[in-house]
Amino acid sequence: MEKIAMKKKLRIRRSKPNRSLTGDLGVNFILIFFGVFMAFPLVYAINSAFKPLDEIFIYPPRLFVKNPTMDNFQDLLVIMGKSWVPFTRYLFNTVFITAVGTAGHLIISSMGAYVLAKYNFPGSRAFFNLVVVALMFSGYVTAIPNYLIMSKIGWVDTYWAIIVPAFASPMGLFLMKQYMEGIPDVLIEAAKIDGAREWRIFSRIVLPVVKPAWLTLMIFSVQGLWNTKASNFIYSEELKTLPYALQQILSGGIARAGVGSAVSLVMMIVPITVFIVAESNILETMASSGIKD
Amino acid sequence: MSVLKRYIEIKKRNASISWKIAKKSKTYYYFLAPYASLFFLFYVLPVVASLFLSFTYYNVLEPPKFIGIQNYINLILADDVFLIAVKNTFLIAVITGPIGYLAAFIFAWFINELPRYLKAFAVVIFYAPTISGQVYLIWSIIFSGDAYGYINAFLLNLGIISQPILWLTNPQYMLTIVIIVTLWMSLGTGFLAFVAGLQGIDKSQYEAGYIDGIKNRWQELWYITLPNMKPMLLFGAVMTITQSFGVADVPMALTGFPSTDYATQTVVTHLIDYGSVRFEMGYAAAIATILFVTMILCNKVIQAFLRRVGT
Repeated sequence: MEKIAMKKKLRIRRSKPNRSLTGDLGVNFILIFFGVFMAFPLVYAINSAFKPLDEIFIYPPRLFVKNPTMDNFQDLLVIMGKSWVPFTRYLFNTVFITAVGTAGHLIISSMGAYVLAKYNFPGSRAFFNLVVVALMFSGYVTAIPNYLIMSKIGWVDTYWAIIVPAFASPMGLFLMKQYMEGIPDVLIEAAKIDGAREWRIFSRIVLPVVKPAWLTLMIFSVQGLWNTKASNFIYSEELKTLPYALQQILSGGIARAGVGSAVSLVMMIVPITVFIVAESNILETMASSGIKD
Repeated sequence: MSVLKRYIEIKKRNASISWKIAKKSKTYYYFLAPYASLFFLFYVLPVVASLFLSFTYYNVLEPPKFIGIQNYINLILADDVFLIAVKNTFLIAVITGPIGYLAAFIFAWFINELPRYLKAFAVVIFYAPTISGQVYLIWSIIFSGDAYGYINAFLLNLGIISQPILWLTNPQYMLTIVIIVTLWMSLGTGFLAFVAGLQGIDKSQYEAGYIDGIKNRWQELWYITLPNMKPMLLFGAVMTITQSFGVADVPMALTGFPSTDYATQTVVTHLIDYGSVRFEMGYAAAIATILFVTMILCNKVIQAFLRRVGT
């Protein structure tokens, strides 16, 4: 008996247990097959941004660029330089909205999620159910009541109309709460015995443990806010966002086809960078013993 | 009478007990307060207002006029396009929902087995359709109706077809294409949540499972991974429901709005039609309410089902 157990332990140390070679090969084959399919838009977007105009309209259409050029980006710079409001202003608006909105969202929703996940108090379950249900109401219909609320508060045509509602986005709280349910109560109780107050437990123990969740939430939040056009709430040209300004460039139609693909690539850079950095951090966190009971 | 009295007494007692507990858990309310206040102001209040609007005639210019359930009666009895929209939405939801959900989990699970750097790379590739914003618009080039469309060019070159097919304006193909593109984009929110969830499972559980006699990856999945992932699976299910019932951007961008013969009209595009084209907000709110109730029921069923996982 002991010998078998020893052998098994050795095998664990050497490689992953419970895996067969055929299974691994099959899994990798499936991943590569679908990976090509999924990677297509990225490959296409990158290639078209560097295509000269004659290659964009070539027949038969070609995926890969033959004579890469920076023309599209130069044209984009020229158009940007001619805009009425300096282009850096649009950039600033979007960066500000994204940064403040994401930071507030992470703090506020993880605070709420922590007590909902770890404690039972009157109203907690009902409130959480309300949050889940709120996810399901179509945003198109609530646009008008939302606008009325904003105008009552006096936030129309300010950044706050976009930033503050983003703080309370139901999806964030939902994700955080679900993830925090996995934290063992023992961990929190141990901290309590050591005399830690709730805030300290939350900031020093819970937040580090749920790092994969808040990084994931950061990805979602940045992605959403970065692409906000916010045309419902913002009228002043100098407060408008980058996607809005770029959409104006694209409305030039077929004549701006080259610039258009450059624009799409430029818009993708920030969310993708945030995504890659956050994701590699998520995958770094090795759940070790002591986190789970 | 006495039954009623007892009932009220019990209720009162329960309320006073809850009140005592609530007083004790003051700290928890402080934690929740910032979120709760914003949530009520910016999410609950607009939804309640919309529910109210669904019982009115409201054209945005004049104040809403209360008309009872007339909107709902019209919607179900007199609106033929709504029935098409319901049919299409159900078809899209029934196909893309379960497949997308399973695919998101399976890919997250497969990717989790890869070595670290390859893992990061694979996550980026599989999330690409979602991260790259409106990149699904390239499907309109791929399926473009003239000979410049990738599919048409490909088929013409092979000689399979002799003239370009109008993929996006011929009702015969439109819904299928919308379903394909929606499926392709379905590795979104749920997928990333699953990746994060898998990361949070304690590795020593797998080793313990191996010593306890788990033989292959399927048993490991069922007895260790899935039970540990339950909260994330629930999250993914809710997100899948909202996404698959809320399909609107893809059909609008690819097949036009309104689409030929309403071949790709969905409940949400119908709602947008009434809300932002015809400005009949009361009617649009009624559509939203029906969709809302359907999603809640669907969610109840799926949650009951997920509770059995791993047992």
